[in-house]
Amino acid sequence: MNIIVCIKQVPDTANVKIDPQTNTLIREGVESIINPFDMYAIEEAVRTKEKLGGNIIVITMGPPQAEAALREAISLGADEGILVSDRVFAGSDTWATSYTLACAIRKIGKFDIIFCGKQAADGDTAQVGPGISMHLDIPQVTYVKKIEDLTTDKAKVERMTEEGYEIVETPLPVLFTVVKEINEPRIPSLKGKIKAKSAQIKTLMAKDLDADEKSLGLNGSPTQVVKIFTPPPREGGVMLAGSTQEIVDKLVEVLKDECKSKI
Amino acid sequence: MGIEIITEQCVGCQACLKACPFGAISLEGNLAVIDFDKCTLCGACVDSCKFDAILLRKEEAAQRDIAAYKGVWVVAEQYKGNIQSITYELLGKGRDLADKLGVELCAVLLGKDMRAKTDELIHRGAEKVYIVDSPKLAQYQSEPYSKVIIELINEYKPEIVLCGATSTGRSLIARVAVKINAGLTADCTGLDIDQEKGLFLQTRPAFGGNIMATIICPNHRPQMATVRHKVMKEAEVDTSRSGEVIEKTYSESVLSSRTKVVNVIEEEGQSVNLSEADIIVSGGRGLGKPENFALLHELADAIGGAVGASRAAVDADWIVYSHQVGQTGKTVCPKIYISCGISGQIQHLAGMSSSDIIIAINKDPDAPIFKAANYGIVGDLFEIIPALTKKIKSILNT
Repeated sequence: MNIIVCIKQVPDTANVKIDPQTNTLIREGVESIINPFDMYAIEEAVRTKEKLGGNIIVITMGPPQAEAALREAISLGADEGILVSDRVFAGSDTWATSYTLACAIRKIGKFDIIFCGKQAADGDTAQVGPGISMHLDIPQVTYVKKIEDLTTDKAKVERMTEEGYEIVETPLPVLFTVVKEINEPRIPSLKGKIKAKSAQIKTLMAKDLDADEKSLGLNGSPTQVVKIFTPPPREGGVMLAGSTQEIVDKLVEVLKDECKSKI
Repeated sequence: MGIEIITEQCVGCQACLKACPFGAISLEGNLAVIDFDKCTLCGACVDSCKFDAILLRKEEAAQRDIAAYKGVWVVAEQYKGNIQSITYELLGKGRDLADKLGVELCAVLLGKDMRAKTDELIHRGAEKVYIVDSPKLAQYQSEPYSKVIIELINEYKPEIVLCGATSTGRSLIARVAVKINAGLTADCTGLDIDQEKGLFLQTRPAFGGNIMATIICPNHRPQMATVRHKVMKEAEVDTSRSGEVIEKTYSESVLSSRTKVVNVIEEEGQSVNLSEADIIVSGGRGLGKPENFALLHELADAIGGAVGASRAAVDADWIVYSHQVGQTGKTVCPKIYISCGISGQIQHLAGMSSSDIIIAINKDPDAPIFKAANYGIVGDLFEIIPALTKKIKSILNT
């Protein structure tokens, strides 16, 4: 089983604090981590390999420092890491990002499954996974919460929906985006850490991709950010005090105001 | 392509340092310097510079015939033959956008035996409904759905396409955008028209809602966006409205799918869909034990709401993951969010802070949730919640 995992390095939002004066992000001391959803993608790849054998290549597009994310993925059980990095890629929106990653995956060659996290914790778009599958013209199943059955040429998975879940059958090669429920990621082993330290990370630049230059980076991105701003802080709230009865009466008033039809 | 500081014009005022959401600008000597490994060319610094000292260049893509694209489209979402409320929310906003542009509002409906439902879309303001009706489209599948929508867009050329930021919409429309080389902005919370240029202004939260970005798509058509649930107001029903229904049929190759849905399982115990609920009663660690979620279910049932949970409660196996609200769970924006025994970590706030009204009950007066709440109660949820449920039931019974 040839497995590819697409990951992204993101700021650790768990440690992001907001400056109360300026209402902006305090970035000092914010570490970069592997996007939390991608940890489930890596783990699922490792579990798949443990069952069926094979090779896991982790791939990321980002600045040179994103190499650390690849090494961490190797410490968790991936075999190889590929960094797709070039100044030309700067300013990529989800269209250009999925195109670039798809070009890099074509360069890798043969694969059976591509795992992605359901979305990245910084951008939250959930568009790159489906975008890659479209560029590569392979089937996709998003929000996978369980792989029920997997053989060398087909898979049966559970896909989360708003109402519950559905069971989907798909031929391979396929792209899955996975949700948190799919597994519990392991912590790196000592052996894994040693392997990660000495692993060779291959870098692919724009010239290595056989890509259409016009489709890369800012120029290849149909969307353009025109303004970035911090949302206005929430209006100061009211603290309700008093007896339980008084509080309940006030809450009923609030609920009545908002949901006239129901109460 | 690229960004540069024009050193002759930079006065070292540091406005760009503060404006950069990525911490990519520093001051060296008296000049701003950009760290290209961190810069994403977002352009926030360009706007902040009062001295025109930052230049962002983008090669103008060959202008396509964007004038040929007209009209606002809403991709309708149906589940088991019922049109979902997100569709009406999109039609509500779509009407506003179409009026500003002076163009038609149209809906696209895919499904099986859906012809009788086109009126529902017309009554909510669609002037035209494009319907593709086939047993192959009975339920969402990424390949036939995306291929059909691509065909329709290529033929009728809308300038704007709106789609729900649901598990269906997000999976579907990203494929469409890639294939037709269109711009797509995810999870918009604000949509407007730049009247002067006729461009679609799409505003969305990023970094867990800590910053907002407004995005345009100047040279590609259609301009596409997904919109979160409950952000836009539903279009009103007006049964006197009439509209045109255009039915299209497609060949087997367009309707074929490599993936196959073999079974659909609805989750029990949740009568109201979390992302569609007007009221959410959500519980965290403060509930103490899994059985206590029953208190929240009782209140939610009484007021017709849904039950949510913090990550801590889900991680402790007190309630299943599908109830989780927050960065790694669902993003919700109900009219009222009642948070019970949730401390309010930033990841949780990211998933619910756009709710209209937040009511927080917590024992700890220093819990961060109170900063986000419109109404805060430092108190015992085990007293307040049952009393509230009782009161609401008594009101409803009279």
